Amino acid sequence: MRNLCFYFQVHQPYRLRTYRFFDIGKRHFYYDDYKNRITMQRVAERCYIPMNNLMLKKIAELGNKMRFAISFSGAAIEQMEVYSPYALESFKKLVATGNVEVLAETYSHSVASLMNKDAFKLEVAEHKKLMKEIFNVRPKTFHNTELIYSNEIGADVAEMGFDLMLTEGAKHVLGWKSPNYLYVNAINPKLKVMLRNWKMSDEIALKFAHETFKVEDFVNWLNSIPKEEEIVNIFIDYETFGEGLDASTGIFEFMNYLPDAVLKYTDFKLVTPHQMVEKLQPTGVFDAPIPLSCRDEERDLSNWMGNDMQDDALATLYGCFKKVKASKDEELMRDWRALQAAENFAAMCTKHQGGTPYDYYINYMNILTDFINRMK
Amino acid sequence: MRVLMFGWEFPPHITGGLGTACYGMTKGLAKNGVDVLFVVPKAFGDEDQTNVRLLNASDVTVDIDHETERSYWDRVQYMEIGSNIIPYVGPEQYATMIEEQRHATQGFRSSVFAPRYEFSGKYGANLMEEVARYALIGSSLATKYDFDVIHAHDWLTYSAGIAAKETTGKPLVVHMHATEFDRSGENINTDVYAIERRGMEAADLVITVSDWTRNIVIEKYGINPDKVITVHNAVEPSDKSLDEYESSGLKNKVVTFLGRITYQKGPEYFVEAAYKILQVDPSIHFVMAGTGDLLQKMIKRVSQLKIGANFHFTGFLKGNDVDQMFAMTDVFVMPSISEPFGIVPLEAMRLKVPVVISKQSGVSEVVEHALKVDFWDINGLADAIYGLCKYKAVNDIFRKEGKEEVDNLKWEYAAKKIKNVYELAINKK
Repeated sequence: MRNLCFYFQVHQPYRLRTYRFFDIGKRHFYYDDYKNRITMQRVAERCYIPMNNLMLKKIAELGNKMRFAISFSGAAIEQMEVYSPYALESFKKLVATGNVEVLAETYSHSVASLMNKDAFKLEVAEHKKLMKEIFNVRPKTFHNTELIYSNEIGADVAEMGFDLMLTEGAKHVLGWKSPNYLYVNAINPKLKVMLRNWKMSDEIALKFAHETFKVEDFVNWLNSIPKEEEIVNIFIDYETFGEGLDASTGIFEFMNYLPDAVLKYTDFKLVTPHQMVEKLQPTGVFDAPIPLSCRDEERDLSNWMGNDMQDDALATLYGCFKKVKASKDEELMRDWRALQAAENFAAMCTKHQGGTPYDYYINYMNILTDFINRMK
Repeated sequence: MRVLMFGWEFPPHITGGLGTACYGMTKGLAKNGVDVLFVVPKAFGDEDQTNVRLLNASDVTVDIDHETERSYWDRVQYMEIGSNIIPYVGPEQYATMIEEQRHATQGFRSSVFAPRYEFSGKYGANLMEEVARYALIGSSLATKYDFDVIHAHDWLTYSAGIAAKETTGKPLVVHMHATEFDRSGENINTDVYAIERRGMEAADLVITVSDWTRNIVIEKYGINPDKVITVHNAVEPSDKSLDEYESSGLKNKVVTFLGRITYQKGPEYFVEAAYKILQVDPSIHFVMAGTGDLLQKMIKRVSQLKIGANFHFTGFLKGNDVDQMFAMTDVFVMPSISEPFGIVPLEAMRLKVPVVISKQSGVSEVVEHALKVDFWDINGLADAIYGLCKYKAVNDIFRKEGKEEVDNLKWEYAAKKIKNVYELAINKK
């Protein structure tokens, strides 16, 4: 039997409010509460709750043959606690079945791994603590924000005690090699690396609504994979189901039928990532000296860093890490986490059409100035 | 004495200093016993009309067959140019431009001659159409009201002024608040230049807001120096005190630039000076308030210099927010490349904010308690700002004396000079 691994990301960043120069030093609340609440409630209603119910139903039907993984950002959990406790309860139920592996990640969905090793470690430790608290689990598999990975980051992750990490099967790194194997980190071979099959993941996440893509197509595609290839990893944002792709597209029906079809018509079974560590032999080294991600055609970091605004904002933010940490002030820490969310820097990206990167930068820097001011 | 005055904007609906100056001037004229009929393209209804009677050009209907108007139209034909002259386009105006564009293509001539015409009163895509229509209304209004002298502010209203003069034979005074060279550097719009020049030539007397502008008018427009008179702008004394506003939430010094973020205002020099100062004292904060076509470039430069945590942008401020900004400011900077007058430093000074201004500004001719530097001298600019931030003695003097100085620059006095100009024009006839 070969292996098919589904992993879903659950994340909602804190959206920042319009924070003017006049607010600096006076008002220390940075969030758009209204937007955060309606977004979380909408996503819970359209995605989290119906999708969780579907997954619970599949687990009830298929038992241990139904397995997958989920990763929760701290920001998503916090906002669920406040705005949609029901959705959180439903996730807890799902995790309690034992058929779902909860992954480790950064608490804030941050790019700390690229900026500051200590900040990165703290992010991971805080997330770990939260997973224990909420789900009573100890994640063993690490996946970084937007699958950001490099040899160094992998080595840092191994140092934190993980033996498996998930990342993007980026073409420019893999070359002729297939993502459908288990690899190891180039610096520390104790860390196994599992790669996202981006082609098939995107097929579901991006193309489903626009093109005719049926369960049969998926099954045929699985069957066309060379027999020696051992594992196929499909990583998708959980919000794709019901939010990104509206229920009317038939995505829930697709996901309802998919596990049965895979089990019945292919030689694949559904697994969780960490089951593979013992089971599969790594076939080679995944060598990524330059950091990669799962974003954009280039699969690089340009979504979050590289332009002057992003670099200034990131350098300023991480420049105050030591002070924040030394402060041991829980309120500061809370804001520090929210300000780290990768979305803040993606909103300053100038590569894409639309958006207001300049306004975002100004607003963010005003907040950051106030934040830094509070530590003085 | 009664004056028919043509303006383009009136508070609170303003985009720059012109409207503020007109408002102060009309108040000052009232104190000197001069009645003002003030024509604006679009009145919103919430303007302060205690000292002025506001005539809304949008309310004036025009009978095209009327002979005077017809004959006038033959003389304003030259303005029928399809180009989009957009002196100051802010983002807000830009958004509405497409809509205006659609309107403009419906036919210049037919809409100018429509019985009714709704002015936007802004500086948008069909500005030339509005200018032409405004001129038409100028001649129409001139026949309906009784007055002694005509006073037109800036090129947008010159054609209206000329039309009124030709219809009634009353003397015309045109007021140069800015020249095309101030707005565009050397790459001037020749159509605007031609209108400005024609207005000044047709006028009996020309008022310039500074000697700086007077020189430009004489040298670059070839106007006879004998008919060009400088009357410096003034500022309305503020009844407000800083105590009414929140002080800055920052514990550090705040240095502010406030104005349109365009070539004329020299925003680049402010950014570069900020960078120099931050190398020496990283605690100082800088604010760039306003908007304009160089805003994005400034944001890029700030982030490139990695000073974003100390350099803030507020967007366009008006009314109370401007004073609020001053209340949070320790040093105000106006590094204009070419500033006919520059009223903002006076507004800062009356709220006890020390200022640094460029020598290439009209305001530098009238104030003493300000540090004056050449706009291009970034080191000098940085030095002056740093000094005012750091050395308490000079800062204290400027706060106190500067306020006193500005409180004496009253519109009442400036308006008296303007009244003299009116008398001169009337007697000249």
